[in-house]
Amino acid sequence: MDRNSVGIVTPQKFTFGSLEDPMVLESGRTLGPVEIVYETYGQPNADRSNAILICHALSGNHHAAGYHDPHDPQTGWWDTMIGPGKAFDTNRYWMICANIIGGCKGSTGPVSIDPATGKPYGLTFPIVTIGDMVEAQKRLIDHLGITRLYSIAGGSMGGFQVLEWALRYPQMVRSAMCIASAARLSAQAIAFNSVGRSAITRDPEWREGAYDGKGPEHGLATARMVGHITYLSEMLLDTKFGRRLQSANRLSYNFTTEFAIEGYLDHKGSAFTQRFDANSYLYITKAMDYFDISRSYGPLKEAFVSVTARCLFVSYSSDWLFPTSQTKEMVRALLSNGKPVSFIEIDSPYGHDAFLVEVEKLSRIVSGFLSGVPQEVAA
Amino acid sequence: MNERYVDRLSRTDRDVILTLVPEGVTVLDLGCGDCSLLAELAVKRKIRGTGVDIRGDQLVDGLAHGFNVYQGNLDEGLADFPDKAYDYVILNQTLQVVKNPLLVLTEMLRIGRFGIVGFPNFAQWRLRSGLFFGGRAPKSPALPFEWYNTPNIRVLSIRDFFDYCHRQSIQVAQERYLMAGRWLRRAPLAATNLLAHIGLFVITRN
Repeated sequence: MDRNSVGIVTPQKFTFGSLEDPMVLESGRTLGPVEIVYETYGQPNADRSNAILICHALSGNHHAAGYHDPHDPQTGWWDTMIGPGKAFDTNRYWMICANIIGGCKGSTGPVSIDPATGKPYGLTFPIVTIGDMVEAQKRLIDHLGITRLYSIAGGSMGGFQVLEWALRYPQMVRSAMCIASAARLSAQAIAFNSVGRSAITRDPEWREGAYDGKGPEHGLATARMVGHITYLSEMLLDTKFGRRLQSANRLSYNFTTEFAIEGYLDHKGSAFTQRFDANSYLYITKAMDYFDISRSYGPLKEAFVSVTARCLFVSYSSDWLFPTSQTKEMVRALLSNGKPVSFIEIDSPYGHDAFLVEVEKLSRIVSGFLSGVPQEVAA
Repeated sequence: MNERYVDRLSRTDRDVILTLVPEGVTVLDLGCGDCSLLAELAVKRKIRGTGVDIRGDQLVDGLAHGFNVYQGNLDEGLADFPDKAYDYVILNQTLQVVKNPLLVLTEMLRIGRFGIVGFPNFAQWRLRSGLFFGGRAPKSPALPFEWYNTPNIRVLSIRDFFDYCHRQSIQVAQERYLMAGRWLRRAPLAATNLLAHIGLFVITRN
């Protein structure tokens, strides 16, 4: 275990709402009780003003740093960023990361048991939006006794939540970091999500979402394969795999997995089915597709009038799923309102995935930004 | 030795810029590097500043100082910034390295009420004589580069700058010249164009 690790962490649970007093969702439907699984790293200060909320992306979860088990080498998904002396320095900040509702890692989602029927929700689970996810996080933050977050950060869909927080609860967000994200999904990104969902819903094992056990593994794996391509870049695929064959030098003249890139995607696809639920994938990608700041808050320029947080936007040069142009669109809207906003594009060949894998540059930016957040003016 | 001379120059032109920026204004620094000029302005003139640079790794230091930073290429304009968003826009020792200097100057005065422009005078006598007598591309302590590695792709004189401002109806509100190791407030153009290493100007369209 590296000495800059937060070490062994234990997820915690927070429940709110009930059948009688449920959470009202953006769609108008209700959900209750709602359970949130979360982890914290570092310690709160006396007035709990050092809290930073981390928002995870599509396939992420609340386990952002450290280990669950001393024998398990697998660390949290942003372990390179969170820990003592790291960008999110747990010696200074109290870090919080919660599994989104609709997810499949412990927070209430389609795999949870519906208290009304005693069976898993499946497709009876209501559609949740990014706004609903943030609403649930807000309950958790209230529960933790935090009145104002020192910062909030997230990449990709995590960036959606960051934006939603800054718009919905401006007074609770001192600074916000929106990484490799956008004010809305592009048609191209919706298209890829749509292919992923089709792969799942056309798998006969899906059974209209009422599957038991393994479920539509082939569909989910295919969805992940498509998704994974969108997270990488052409240049990266070329340098990492090229046209290399997996094992033999000669062509096999059949349809087995032959090219190295095929083997890689196969592996990514099937590994994903071991850790993710197909229905949850449908719900979360739908929430991403629905996210659109302009639909909820008006044209970007008007929407951002209410933002008070010091904002940082980071994009990656080779990210074509959430391209720099989409980040700059938000930066422009904030600048036109005279808001305190910074923008840096990191030069990287890693595509959209860069925010998870290319952390060295991001670390410098994040720690610089955090140390530059203006001190709270004493009331 | 050249480097040290240039360091000394850059430190002194910063001192002059400090005297040109009023207290408490908002400042956009184009080509800000690590935001050290903004940091000095913030301490000594209580300005609120934003830095723009093409190199993102340098901007990180600016973030840590609490400045807002924006990674961008000046040659592509600064369309993300609204009109009259800042009191002062600074372009120090950068005009001569951009591809589209006219675009940059236009953008400066669109975004800011005032612009502060500092550049090396390529008509300074040492450069003239180097070219005339030596028959070689100009070099001087302030411009120590060879023709093949100089970042200075726009070669202008103080007279060229005044001509441009005149044509564009840009008013030169203040002028400062580094001549013989001292900064002068004002001198005849014939003298400054021959003797000044560096010219620093406050310009405006007001």
